[in-house]
Amino acid sequence: MEKFIGCNGLVAPLDRANIDTDAIIPKQFLKSIERSGFGRYLFDEWRYLDHGEPGKEVAQRILNPDFILNQNRFQGAQILLTRANFGCGSSREHAPWALQDYGFQVIIAPSYADIFFNNSFKVGLLPIVLKEGVVDQIFREVDLNVGYSLAVNLKEQTVVTPAGEVHTFDIDSFRKENLLNGLDEIGLTLQYASEIKSFEDKRRIEQPWLFI
Amino acid sequence: MQTLYNKLWKNHVVHGGADETALIYIDRHLVHEVTSPQAFESLKIAGRKPWRQDSVLAVADHNVPTTNRTNGIGDPVSRLQVETLDRNCEELGITEFKMNDLRQGIVHVIGPEQGATLPGMTVVCGDSHTSTHGAFACLAFGIGTSEVEHVLATQCLSIKKALEMQILVEGKLCPGVTAKDVALAIIGEIGTAGGTGYAIEFSGDTISDLSMEARMTLCNMAIEAGARAGMIAVDDTTIKYISGRPFAPKGDLWEKAVSYWRTLRTDEGAKFDHVVNINATQIRPQVTWGTSPEMVTTVDGRVPNPLKITDPVKRNDMQRALDYMGLVPDMLIREIYLDKVFIGSCTNSRIEDLRVAAEVVKGRHIAKNIKLAMVVPGSGLVKLQAEEEGLDKVFLKAGFEWREPGCSMCLAMNDDYLSPRERCASTSNRNFEGRQGQAGRTHLVSPAMAAAAAVAGHFTDIQNI
Ligand code: SF4
Repeated sequence: MEKFIGCNGLVAPLDRANIDTDAIIPKQFLKSIERSGFGRYLFDEWRYLDHGEPGKEVAQRILNPDFILNQNRFQGAQILLTRANFGCGSSREHAPWALQDYGFQVIIAPSYADIFFNNSFKVGLLPIVLKEGVVDQIFREVDLNVGYSLAVNLKEQTVVTPAGEVHTFDIDSFRKENLLNGLDEIGLTLQYASEIKSFEDKRRIEQPWLFI
Repeated sequence: MQTLYNKLWKNHVVHGGADETALIYIDRHLVHEVTSPQAFESLKIAGRKPWRQDSVLAVADHNVPTTNRTNGIGDPVSRLQVETLDRNCEELGITEFKMNDLRQGIVHVIGPEQGATLPGMTVVCGDSHTSTHGAFACLAFGIGTSEVEHVLATQCLSIKKALEMQILVEGKLCPGVTAKDVALAIIGEIGTAGGTGYAIEFSGDTISDLSMEARMTLCNMAIEAGARAGMIAVDDTTIKYISGRPFAPKGDLWEKAVSYWRTLRTDEGAKFDHVVNINATQIRPQVTWGTSPEMVTTVDGRVPNPLKITDPVKRNDMQRALDYMGLVPDMLIREIYLDKVFIGSCTNSRIEDLRVAAEVVKGRHIAKNIKLAMVVPGSGLVKLQAEEEGLDKVFLKAGFEWREPGCSMCLAMNDDYLSPRERCASTSNRNFEGRQGQAGRTHLVSPAMAAAAAVAGHFTDIQNI
């Protein structure tokens, strides 16, 4: 997994609740057997006016001028600001892959769907939960200030606004450690290989029908 | 006094506390072609081997064509993905039901059908509708590709314990009201994020009265309420369903298993973090009008009016949904005319679903305005069973197409999709924008309602057919 310590990045606002993973990365792109290259299809149906298919060149696509991420002022954004229940629906990890490949390192929202939230940590994308009121306030500030950016510090668990206002966020300590150090979770689990083995052996005796 | 969830959790902790985050052992790992290729690849790159091949059952379902399969898959990108699964399974010695195997079908249909899903198991799959398997008192939940690799390599997952929600459904269902309507009514009540962070247990006399297939429909939709896992206690219905299935234990082992399975229920008096009460007698057939499963009303209801909503975020969402769906506020649901009808998906493609739909269309014909009505059985075995009962003839005679098993128009990854602005009555589980095809418009309903809509050309109460 990629290491994540923090970032000082431009914020792009996407003012909708319940954005599902079908919208984040539509199904036709899930046919790929690769892990990278999904960024150019991020929010495909909102971002372009023509229908996207895997392999279609970006140069041939027609950008939707009304889609907020297409505005000049949000190019190069590293932080996505959005609404409640972000990432609901399908379990596709292609959603965090696409967000990350596009250039986002942090998502800020009042809440997330469970599977998306979990998947994001696995790929080194940080989903931050801030209170509804704080998210509202940041939406307003982004709207009023071109070039609005936030400083995210994972170690301190803080989001600092340009005016110096500090918002703290919660994060599970196990996830935090993994992100900060870019740890290989499989490697970590395999440190318990002998415990897994003995658990399994016991299970084989007690519930043998699970092993037929 | 323990809840079912707590029993399942405790029974699988390999390392860590009984609460909070722990390393959990996984008994059954279901795999499909879309979310696994990258996991197999990184496993290989890291030089790792699967921990326990015999825990894995694989099938291609999302990309497969539902028409003539003798010439294989036409789309080269889809073909490569399915071939990649075939190759990975062959190389690693994993059991796979290939496309032309009679047992092939939607991953969540074939697991229970084969008896590969057994009570007390932890079941995972790189697919959010893994919650379906909770109908068998399993702890079953969807995972991402990194976790697919993690389970392949270690047979475990490091997960956080969920909060517990009980949804207590009581009372007799009205005629024509099915588990799908119960699921949609619950989502309408608690919202698509209502179950976030929770594992849901469905209980109450309404649930006990449901067949296993209906219970699967209900647990399948738990994820649409935001809960990764939905579950139902073991009873006679559960045990009867499993008996004799290919992967189920036999003889002495069966007896031993059954006596353990009977303990898989919430003890009297055990506490939940949250309880929701649902009066089943009040539930009417449901139809979604928007682009989220919580945007739902009854067949005799009306499309809502955003002007009546005070919360600006909610009002915006509603307006956007109505624009996308091409609906006018306050119009009657009964006046919504359809272009296509889809009966299928892991929610509603089992034999009982097909029987109910066939019953409605029997001796009738689809309406003139319906361009396509299709039935996609959940598995090759469901298809065979239906054909033995003559259901295929009923559908064909009524003007439906009778297809090969797979996910099909539930997510439209193959050739089955809606064209822009086409309107569909669908028995699937998601009405998100573009889900069934770019700019396509989906209304989620039960199989009976979909069949009735096909015949009438618009939504109508089955009672009126
Ligand atoms: S039928 Fe639909 S929801 Fe079910 S597994 Fe297939 S694509 Fe997913």
